[in-house]
Amino acid sequence: MSEIQFATPQTVKEAVKCLAGAKGKARVLAGGTDLLVQLRAGFVRPGLIVDIKHIPELRKVKREDGGFRIGAAVSGAELGANAAVKKAWPGVVEGLELIGSTQIQGRASLGGNLCNGSPAADSVPALIAAAATCHIAGPKGTREAKVEDIVSGPGKTTLKPGEFVVSFFLPKRPKRSGDAYLRLIPRTEMDIAVVGAGVSLALDSKGVCTEARVALGAVAPKAVLVKAAGKALVGTKVDDAALEAMAAACRDACKPIDDKRGTVAYRTKVAGVLAQRAARIALARATGE
Amino acid sequence: MGNEEDIGKIIDYSGREFQYIGKRTIRPDGVDKVTGRANFGADFTVNGMIHGRVVRSPHAHAKIKKINVDKALKLDGVKAVITGKDFPEIDINDKAVGEVVVSYYDMAHNIIARDKVYYDGHAVAAVAATTPDIAEKAAKLIEVEYDVLKPVMTAAQAMKKNAPVLHKHIHTAGVEPAPEKPSNVASRTEFKLGDPAAGFADADVIVEREFSTQTVHQGYIEPHACCASISADGNTNIWCSSQGQFMVRAYTAKICGMETSKVKVIPAEIGGGFGGKTVVYLEPLAVMLAKKAGRPVKMVMTRDEVLRATGPTSGGTARARIGAKKDGTIVAGELELVYEAGAYPGSPVALGCMTGFAPYDIKNVSCVGWDVLVNRPKAAAYRAPGAPVAAFGVECTLDVLAEELGMCPLELRMKNAAVEGTQAPYGVKFNRIGYKETLEAAKAHPHWSAPLGPNQGRGIASGFWFNIGGTSSAEVMVNEDGTVIVATGNPDIGGSRASMALMAAEVLGIDVARIKPLVADTESVPFSMLTGGSRVTFATGKAVIEAAQDAVNDLKRRAAKIWDVDVDQVEWENGQAVCIESTQHKPLSIAAIAAKADKTGGAISGRANINATGAGPGFGTHICDVEVDPETGYVTVLRYTAIQDVGKAIHPSYVEGQLQGGAVQGIGWALNEEYVYSEDGRLLNTGFLDYRMPVASDLPMIDTVVVEVPNPGHPYGVRGVGETPIVPPLAAVANAVSHAIGKRVTDLPLSPPRLLAVIDGK
Repeated sequence: MSEIQFATPQTVKEAVKCLAGAKGKARVLAGGTDLLVQLRAGFVRPGLIVDIKHIPELRKVKREDGGFRIGAAVSGAELGANAAVKKAWPGVVEGLELIGSTQIQGRASLGGNLCNGSPAADSVPALIAAAATCHIAGPKGTREAKVEDIVSGPGKTTLKPGEFVVSFFLPKRPKRSGDAYLRLIPRTEMDIAVVGAGVSLALDSKGVCTEARVALGAVAPKAVLVKAAGKALVGTKVDDAALEAMAAACRDACKPIDDKRGTVAYRTKVAGVLAQRAARIALARATGE
Repeated sequence: MGNEEDIGKIIDYSGREFQYIGKRTIRPDGVDKVTGRANFGADFTVNGMIHGRVVRSPHAHAKIKKINVDKALKLDGVKAVITGKDFPEIDINDKAVGEVVVSYYDMAHNIIARDKVYYDGHAVAAVAATTPDIAEKAAKLIEVEYDVLKPVMTAAQAMKKNAPVLHKHIHTAGVEPAPEKPSNVASRTEFKLGDPAAGFADADVIVEREFSTQTVHQGYIEPHACCASISADGNTNIWCSSQGQFMVRAYTAKICGMETSKVKVIPAEIGGGFGGKTVVYLEPLAVMLAKKAGRPVKMVMTRDEVLRATGPTSGGTARARIGAKKDGTIVAGELELVYEAGAYPGSPVALGCMTGFAPYDIKNVSCVGWDVLVNRPKAAAYRAPGAPVAAFGVECTLDVLAEELGMCPLELRMKNAAVEGTQAPYGVKFNRIGYKETLEAAKAHPHWSAPLGPNQGRGIASGFWFNIGGTSSAEVMVNEDGTVIVATGNPDIGGSRASMALMAAEVLGIDVARIKPLVADTESVPFSMLTGGSRVTFATGKAVIEAAQDAVNDLKRRAAKIWDVDVDQVEWENGQAVCIESTQHKPLSIAAIAAKADKTGGAISGRANINATGAGPGFGTHICDVEVDPETGYVTVLRYTAIQDVGKAIHPSYVEGQLQGGAVQGIGWALNEEYVYSEDGRLLNTGFLDYRMPVASDLPMIDTVVVEVPNPGHPYGVRGVGETPIVPPLAAVANAVSHAIGKRVTDLPLSPPRLLAVIDGK
């Protein structure tokens, strides 16, 4: 293990410099709850680890344009204690808070959860449903990207060498809107989603759905935004028929695998079930019930 | 005390009041454990110690063509490399016939492979180096050339005609005529009572179902770990956690070709065993590495190694057939069990055959068991080995029978319950037992009559375990100040230290806080059988009672000397010697007698070496409520009550803990635990993330009811407690789930994907 270099930059600029100048593979460490496990298991052996959680910007939550700017290394426990974010985007916070145990919650972050590239990452479907974006820093400056465009496949991202996610932006919460995230695990905690579903929707004053985004986790090589599922809700009062149409769209979007955690048939069916249940919760939140 | 004449006698406890027994005293090992000071297997460090690492097969079934260790030996820091060739060859017929038959040949080959590997994770070599990192690197430099063979992963595959044969020297035992061809079926076992065919012919209703279960692991939190040191003259010390320091000594000496007196084993605290630490894996490797390196060697398994290469218990099938009269009287029972032994013979299938119908008074019973070899790790003991799968088959089929008869499943069990004098299918006639009492307690419990909501179901199931006695030793040493040390040779895996102290306190008549129970090393107390079979509180407890009585006799002699009276004049009352004839002699406390020990003959102690007989069987009945999510197949255990006849609860908190722990392990077995293998025989879930044991939040508080029907074979009525509670849960959960979904579930685990497929009829 002695050959692994470890850097603790204090600024974004410094971090980019470390990452870009790395000999061998560089890995970003936020909470480390995935990276350390992978290191111990011998799955990865980077030449450099860049610990980004000492950069102040990465640990801050602030209001911005009516929405929120959340540092990529803010922990689940920290975000869970932020009443304003929790009130505006309960689904996103719930997704992050589902990761691991109480101890893990002290470390696990949105940035790590996304960039680890797991198709089953719990915070990602909720972030996608919320239309969240990422602020990315790299050798060529900074750029913005949609959350759904970051992961390209299991363990892989579209981030270029030297780039890392600095923060997330959660847009302003429209009136009469709500979000929710649900996952299925065989236990009650400390597990990895067999299926995850995030829904965010908004209603007009008559209760008709004006916008809806539905995202699924663990049913494809990466978390997917199911546009057809959102469309199935828009223009309806989110009644049973609309929910069933949405669930059907979710099932259609599933391209899961058979593995030790679930079968294709199981994941496909449960994706529809969870999306419906999440939509009902989001609806209840939108109507203030 | 506890002599031959007591055995079989009914002791009347109705008038007996215990002074210490039955009290919830502070556990003697508690402070060290909650403050993190307790030393477990991996906590020992010795001067000059280096670190060992095992090289394991990635293949489930392969011939070893060649092992090249040159590159590893050249790595700086590497001190020794060993392979199977470094160990003495053991005769193929060298077996120890005790509680279970142990083949030393199989054991030796399981610990380190010789010419073939039989499962993913099978050890092929080991290396010792100055740091764990170098050892790991060196392990990767050891080149093993394999000739990969087709693996046989399930009993069904193994029993096929043209299946690859694992061992050329194994022919199916227990069939006539003896087969000429080698087979993956290691043996057939049969237990028969009465005339089953006639019994079934007489039945009004016959039900038959087949059930299946998967390989499950004991799931102890502490991985196997040891440290071995060997001097130039061959004297060897082993520090390790196990279920028996004498077991480790015997097996390690045998595998390494050493005399028993050369090996000393110092027991560590044990972080869970559940049967899985009744065998050795690392110790012989550590000893051989230490011998070759000339340095002490420490070895600690990873979780991956624990799951791939140690202890699981057999997956298997159970086909049960039960015939009854219309009034619910069971007239015949049939059970056929097929258990996967793993890579070497020895699944607990015979124990399954013996236990399945044991709770019932049935005149005609046939139980047949098949022990089948597959390319999985060799099964090790797991809490009531063999019984849970057999009970799963029988208790679920009883539930079906109750439905067919339109009878309450509890009443059906009550009607057929074994009682004192019942002939058990495995040969014994029961002495005083408390099965019926557990059913009565279940019936009276508010849980049994509590209302259920939609998608909810309730299941009931019972279970039996023999409990054993065996060889135990104890020494009771009176210190100079009158405090007492109670030394035994059994690791404390379930609260035995507290129980030993309480039983000694009862005999000595002194406060339990003044007694220090000790788990001694192999050179400080005489031989004891390992901790297993639910034997320690019973058998070692009996030894402690006798040793304490021996110490009391010594104390009485010393008092007589001090008073200059005949020893007959001295009685032992409330922890004091009392002179019965003369009132001029004031009673002498232990402290007072101990203070004058040097004037009355030196140190004061008592001892007992016994082979305890008269173990009392344990029966339990569990009630389980579940709610099933009909759209996802997710099962929530809502309420769970474990009821058991424990004879006499020496320390009730520990007894309740045993009932809860067994229930939880059984619930895990029923719901989510299973070994998942790839097509080519690699274990896919080698960590606790995907080997899903229940976590605390998955479970309700497990309610317990401690029933006390004294065992006439023990001075205080003790029965073994630890194993029975894992026997009923598989069926209790499955029966509850079946009622919740309105369909009979037969295949474990009832994980959400599997259960949803049943609900959806796929």
